[in-house]
Amino acid sequence: MRDRSALAIVVAQVFVASLMLALFGRLFYLQIADGPRYQQAALDIQSRDIVTPALRGLIVDSEGEPLAANKAGLMVTADRSILDREKDKGRSVLYRVAQVLELNPNDVYVRTRLCGELPKEEQNGCWNGNRYQPIPITKDATEAQVLRLLERSDVFPGINAEPVSIRNYPSISGERGTHVLGYVGPVTEADLNNEEGKRFYRNELIGKAGIEYVYDQALRGTPGVKTVIVNYKESVTRESRNIAPIPGNHLVLNVNAKLQAVVERELRDSVLRARASGYRGDAGAAIVTDLEGRVLAMASYPDYDLNIWENGITVRQARELYSQASGVPALSRVIQGVFAPASTFKVVSLSAAVEANYSLKASYDCPATVQIGDREFKNFDSKPAGKISMTTAMAISCDSIWYQIAYDEWVRDGGLKPKENPNDYFFKTAAGFGVGKKTGIDLPSEQRGRLPNRDWKLSWYENNKDFYCNYRERAKKSQLTPYLIEIARENCLDGDKVRAGDMVNFSIGQGDVLMTPMQMAVMYGAIANGGKLFQPTVARAIVSPTNKVIEEFQPKVTGELPVKRSTLKFLQNSLRAVVTSGTARGAFAGLRTEVSGKTGTGQVFGLNLDGSTKDDTSWFASYAPAKKPQFVVVMMVSQGGFGASTSGLGVRRIYEDIFGENGKEALFPNGPAKRIPSIKSTSGVRS
Amino acid sequence: MMSAFTKSKSERRRFLTESDPIINVAVLALSIIGVILVYAATRDWFAANNQDPEYYLKRQLINVVIGIALAYGATLVDYRVLRAYTPILWGIGVLGLTAVLIPGLGSVVNGARSWISLPGGFQIQPAELAKLTIIVGMALILAEREAGEKGPSDRQVLYSLVVAAVPILLIVLQPDLGTVLIISAAVLSIIAISGARLRWVIGLLVVGISGAYIAVASGEVSDYQLNRLRSFIDPYADPQASGYQLRQARITIGSGGLLGKGLFDGPQTNGRFVPEQQTDFIFTVSGEELGFLGSSFILLLYATILMRGFAIAKRTNDLFGRLVTMGVVAWFSFQIFQNIGMTMGLMPMTGVPLPFLSYGGSSMFANMIAIGLLQNVYQRSR
Repeated sequence: MRDRSALAIVVAQVFVASLMLALFGRLFYLQIADGPRYQQAALDIQSRDIVTPALRGLIVDSEGEPLAANKAGLMVTADRSILDREKDKGRSVLYRVAQVLELNPNDVYVRTRLCGELPKEEQNGCWNGNRYQPIPITKDATEAQVLRLLERSDVFPGINAEPVSIRNYPSISGERGTHVLGYVGPVTEADLNNEEGKRFYRNELIGKAGIEYVYDQALRGTPGVKTVIVNYKESVTRESRNIAPIPGNHLVLNVNAKLQAVVERELRDSVLRARASGYRGDAGAAIVTDLEGRVLAMASYPDYDLNIWENGITVRQARELYSQASGVPALSRVIQGVFAPASTFKVVSLSAAVEANYSLKASYDCPATVQIGDREFKNFDSKPAGKISMTTAMAISCDSIWYQIAYDEWVRDGGLKPKENPNDYFFKTAAGFGVGKKTGIDLPSEQRGRLPNRDWKLSWYENNKDFYCNYRERAKKSQLTPYLIEIARENCLDGDKVRAGDMVNFSIGQGDVLMTPMQMAVMYGAIANGGKLFQPTVARAIVSPTNKVIEEFQPKVTGELPVKRSTLKFLQNSLRAVVTSGTARGAFAGLRTEVSGKTGTGQVFGLNLDGSTKDDTSWFASYAPAKKPQFVVVMMVSQGGFGASTSGLGVRRIYEDIFGENGKEALFPNGPAKRIPSIKSTSGVRS
Repeated sequence: MMSAFTKSKSERRRFLTESDPIINVAVLALSIIGVILVYAATRDWFAANNQDPEYYLKRQLINVVIGIALAYGATLVDYRVLRAYTPILWGIGVLGLTAVLIPGLGSVVNGARSWISLPGGFQIQPAELAKLTIIVGMALILAEREAGEKGPSDRQVLYSLVVAAVPILLIVLQPDLGTVLIISAAVLSIIAISGARLRWVIGLLVVGISGAYIAVASGEVSDYQLNRLRSFIDPYADPQASGYQLRQARITIGSGGLLGKGLFDGPQTNGRFVPEQQTDFIFTVSGEELGFLGSSFILLLYATILMRGFAIAKRTNDLFGRLVTMGVVAWFSFQIFQNIGMTMGLMPMTGVPLPFLSYGGSSMFANMIAIGLLQNVYQRSR
């Protein structure tokens, strides 16, 4: 009896000892091995960050005039921790608030909901912060409304008001600056999830486009963070840290507000002029830089008033910004619009011809048409000009000279059976002029355009072979015309090769080559300044709230034109001839300022939404004064018709304002601002 | 022979001089730590609600004092004399367990009807007392020996099981499955150690496990309990209720680290993030505020008491005393493991208190009486 019982006791003892060891082991695992994870989890449960966004820095123009400022507003907020304690979860309180503020009660209700509380399709306007911070209902309440709300805190529990600053674009000189400045908006889930997301707090406003986006970190400052410890009921038990916000730095731009206003006006007028002449004139871009790439003004048409973002954009407004029907005002044609450069591209072709040992002193035949293979390529106006000098060829914009040279060079490079190392003078020169490469401007979402060289052809063919080689099955019914079927057949056959037609088109800036207006400005700037490609810069300097210069952005050279000094000189003279005796003579007649430039009238294939064929792209790229250049001015009007009459005239008017002609006052009698202006922190703060 | 109820001076001194000092120190230490932890768990919470922050502190102190008195009382009468009163105690226990089931008398806490409300805001939990009566009752039956028999007869085992089954069934009806599990562990140990045939032990194990399975499968186990079980398997399944509680408990313990956040300085505890923290989840207070060192010390104190219990069981020649001791040790072991294991996510959630640490009178009293019985056996086994 003893034995069996004693054995049972020992077994039990071992069992109990192992139970205790199990507890000890688990305790070690939780507190020591996995402790850090649980400490973080506990912190998440206990602490709440209350973030006070910093005052955003101003954006001022080169003279110190505010382009983006902060406006004093009265923000009415809802405290969810109090509202949720109401019997109806605060619904009736919010309804009464909406009545006082004259807002839609449903909007107010949605604005005070955390996004996660609403079904996905109803999240428009929801609050993407957390429950513990005051949730804004409106930012521009009147004092009378706020008084009514605060006097009756028994009727409006959890409703508070505080002064806030609202990002505001004061437009003092009449400028909009839509595509330069950009705008700010609340942090979204997508923002938080991207690589920079760690820097943001949920209730901050961050730059969403333009300069506001690129220099967001400098402008935004450092938000203040108060961390409180809460209990299970979410009431605050103590404060664990309180860091005051540090206001953002100011940003000085190279942009001049008055010139910006002029450029916007002239671009708009040019578009309207094109429309008056019967062209569609759907969009446009205009740029003024100095010779080192400083962007003094840039405009894209259509634009819109940035202040629509002030109090939260409506769904209708947002849709309009991206709608084809309204011309996609959100898109900056300056850096995101790509167009065939047409004759403005001949500066590249001329340089390529010199590289290929064509003499600039010789005369060349400019026939009405050139037969290449089985296709006939027409001169622009289908008229012959006889034997002419290269300068004249530029001035009158003869196309057929380039057809011949490009074709000859194409044949020399092996034609459809290209040599091992083709000279590719045209492609290489174009690349050297910056075609197909981003300019590196300090604005987001820049497009690179397209340099349709042999590599591009190959990759294009890889992507489209299937479509063209099965055209009858893949194409839409409307696309099954004999002409298009023939083109498809050719594309399937040798679409991977640069064909004679491709080369010929390329030489006059047509076909597959595409450029942004900003690339054009950089290219003509390089011709003007002696051959240096500059990275365009919008921002001039970052300045602290106490007016200390923190960082100054210097012009940066990104490349050198691949041409000899003599070629450059020749180009400069030719461009002057365009204005004095060539295609732009009429547009610039009577202007005292000596302008050098080039017109471009680009054919566009494809149809508009309504089925009409697309009108030509109107270009004018220029610099002035011709002898000692100071400014580069480029204008492009999409579907604007002739280069000279639409864009050329627009550019002329911009020069009139810059140099004070035709009864106007010169914008910079002493040239653009050289010193960084001192900024009054209160400037532009309007209540 | 001296009357059971008259004590000589020397007998009264026995409690201090002849009881196991290690158990005394460990139990006293645990009780004091318990009082402090109960205070730590409730002071901020009560203060925030404008109530006396020392409310629980005072009441738990009274519980400890009464408990110690009961433990002392339990050493006075020779446990062998106690046998005569066992049927009466058992009867009272069964009556109490029946009473809680009557609506109006028994009050429902956390889904179980296990409390009797008394005037003056007091409540008692008859199941705690029932543990004692089952252990003593079974020991009484199983300790009888026919001449020459090595173990109890089948009839004895059967009777002892009836003694256990009646209160267990009543507790199942509450339902308080945690207590049922703990009592079952004690029953199994007592039968095993009584020398009963191995088939009884194995049979009981099989019956217990299949019984639990059938209970779950047939829906006899309430949704409330099933949810607790589910949230043990997946703590995020039911974030608002028991899963939440288990997750909070684990985070609270884990966040304590090596040295803890310091007594009264645990933000999880002071923020009252763990419900029922002063009762079933008292160990989380120690985990957060005293850390790994403090909590290991508490485990060490429990281990000490249990190992001393084994020592007492081994050295006593009296089978009855040994069975009582082992019953108590099994009960404590399993309850400690169940409770602490639950707070650390090793065991599913059941509403059993942690001996000597959790706030509560009934449990404290039953635990202290059990300690008194251990000491009683210890004193009389030399």
